[in-house]
Amino acid sequence: MPDFMQQPLDRAAAVAPPWIQDYVQAGRTRWEASSMPTRKTEQWKYTSLRSLQPDYAAASDGAIILADAGIELPRFQGFRMVFVNGHFSPEHSDSKAPAGVSMVRFADADAAQAKKIRDHLGVAVGREQPLFTALNDAALAEGVFLDIEPRAYIEQPLHVIWVSGNQGEAFSINQRLLVLCGESSNASVIEHFAGAKGEQQSFTNGVTELLLETDASLNHYRLHLEEADALHIGRVHARQDGRSTLNSFHIALGSVLKRIDLVVDHVGQGAHCEVNGVYLPRGQEHIDYHTCMEHRVPNCTSSETFRGIIADEATAVFNGRIHIHRDAQKTKAELSNRNLLTSTRAEVNTKPELEIYADDVQCAHGATVAQLDDMSLHYLRSRGVSRADAQVMLSFGFINEVINSVRCDALRAYLQALLSERFARDPALSGGVS
Amino acid sequence: MLQIENLHASVDGTDILKGLNLTVQAGEVHAIMGPNGSGKSTLGHVLAGRPGYNVTAGTATFLGQDLFELETEERARLGLFLAFQYPVEIPGVSNMEFLKAAVDAQREQRGEKPIDAVSFMKTARETCKIVDLDPTFLKRGVNEGFSGGEKKRNELLQMLLLQPTLGILDETDSGLDIDALQVVARGVNSMRSPDRSFVMVTHYQRLLEFIEPDFVHVLAGGRIVRSGDKELALELEARGYAWLEEEVA
Repeated sequence: MPDFMQQPLDRAAAVAPPWIQDYVQAGRTRWEASSMPTRKTEQWKYTSLRSLQPDYAAASDGAIILADAGIELPRFQGFRMVFVNGHFSPEHSDSKAPAGVSMVRFADADAAQAKKIRDHLGVAVGREQPLFTALNDAALAEGVFLDIEPRAYIEQPLHVIWVSGNQGEAFSINQRLLVLCGESSNASVIEHFAGAKGEQQSFTNGVTELLLETDASLNHYRLHLEEADALHIGRVHARQDGRSTLNSFHIALGSVLKRIDLVVDHVGQGAHCEVNGVYLPRGQEHIDYHTCMEHRVPNCTSSETFRGIIADEATAVFNGRIHIHRDAQKTKAELSNRNLLTSTRAEVNTKPELEIYADDVQCAHGATVAQLDDMSLHYLRSRGVSRADAQVMLSFGFINEVINSVRCDALRAYLQALLSERFARDPALSGGVS
Repeated sequence: MLQIENLHASVDGTDILKGLNLTVQAGEVHAIMGPNGSGKSTLGHVLAGRPGYNVTAGTATFLGQDLFELETEERARLGLFLAFQYPVEIPGVSNMEFLKAAVDAQREQRGEKPIDAVSFMKTARETCKIVDLDPTFLKRGVNEGFSGGEKKRNELLQMLLLQPTLGILDETDSGLDIDALQVVARGVNSMRSPDRSFVMVTHYQRLLEFIEPDFVHVLAGGRIVRSGDKELALELEARGYAWLEEEVA
């Protein structure tokens, strides 16, 4: 393994709390024993890692001040926790979590919390041990533990924001979130990645684990709203016990390398998940979503919808895997991926991947790549709407259909405003003006 | 207002209109009837500029302008409105947003600023009442999941908001029950004025009981083969189209 992460790893080894040192060390051992994927590695066939820098510094504290960097962070009325370049920012964060929830940094965990973290950390990822999770474990200087008590009903979203900005050198952020949804609890969590305007050479390696106990319900949102030079390799692992419900929403604006893996493990009967996502790369950007629904037990359902608009010379990858194990009878799984290419040079590689070992299941999947519908365009124009405006309306509408699945009103309004401004400003997203 | 001369048009290389002539003066209501496949709907699509409908010969002049020189949206901004036989569903674009964009496009043409959202909302809700459409339909995607009748009411809603100079109704009556038909008729009749005209394409005489035309034309084989007043429609209702087609052949 090349030692391009030497500095962040050394820092983690120095600052990680004592109770997690062995975990960090184990991660480091795994990382050092592995090798980087190439284009011949199936999982990385369409995503190159060549935009990673040869050497990354550890993220330094206080390198950017949000107001100076032109960042305005939204408030969705819930509890908010902000990290700037990987470091906790108390001035932008709320001090008191709502009743029924404890939200604690690994560094601040008391003995009981530390034990709970150790009991659950890595459980959702399981034995698979992907390469960048090893790196994440090894660089675990900071993490957030979100503990939702059994039967708690948390109405306002729990909002964790990771902001990155220029540090004057290539630097790496290690993001880790562990969410434990107690039995019959109900909560919403927003993972939000934002970037400062202007250049930065950041590489975020993230791992999020969502553990849903029996009858728990979680609305999960993962927003990748950072752009351009903010590289991100991220992973979300959800583990669902019986009758739990996960609604997971994803959005990614581009950067030259953005790779998100989402794995949902159904381990208890009657679990249900709904996953929706949109991706919008443009310019030279590249976004890669790999999702995997692991149906291990009977009577579970999963429904997944991803849509992308790929503009200019951008590329996207969508790999949607549904794995129905032999015991998972009566599984219902749906997967839909639709893509809109607004330029002849844009590219998408979409692949549904079905592996089914049970015989009594319902499974539907579909993937399409298309351009704007001529008849819809004509209909709008026949009412006086210019071609350019009609293209914007249709492209936005294509994405907005998925945005409409966002249950949190304030977040939905925020995303709709953000995207409609983006569509209005950048004709390339809707096929340009002809 | 509208003058069509010797219009020839083809779709996918097949000639559909073969020398159609029609003159519509301001304030008139014309009904165009005819058997299936005679080119009735093609006429509306050609006038609205639908892609794939190619004009191979002839002219159409609307308010002094060569219609075929104009883009679809320019025709609309000039005051031409086609109520679609099969309105298009556009999920993700709210009906409200769509209607406002259409109205704002007309206003821009007249050099006016976009209408403010609050007063437009009020107007739209009131117009919904006229067409007997629940205002919740404004929030839904354009025509998304609307029934056939609801789509037709939505077309009428658009026409009422846009107040076109020339309304072309392409089989707006098809698939409507008698109550819905009366709603459509009330809407159209309320818009009738000395400087506004309508062309109603229909298969049945029934619509004409509610919207009385000044002229009735029979389209067969891509041409208008007979013109008359509303009595002609009654005659067609009684005798069908076969005798006319035979006469022409």
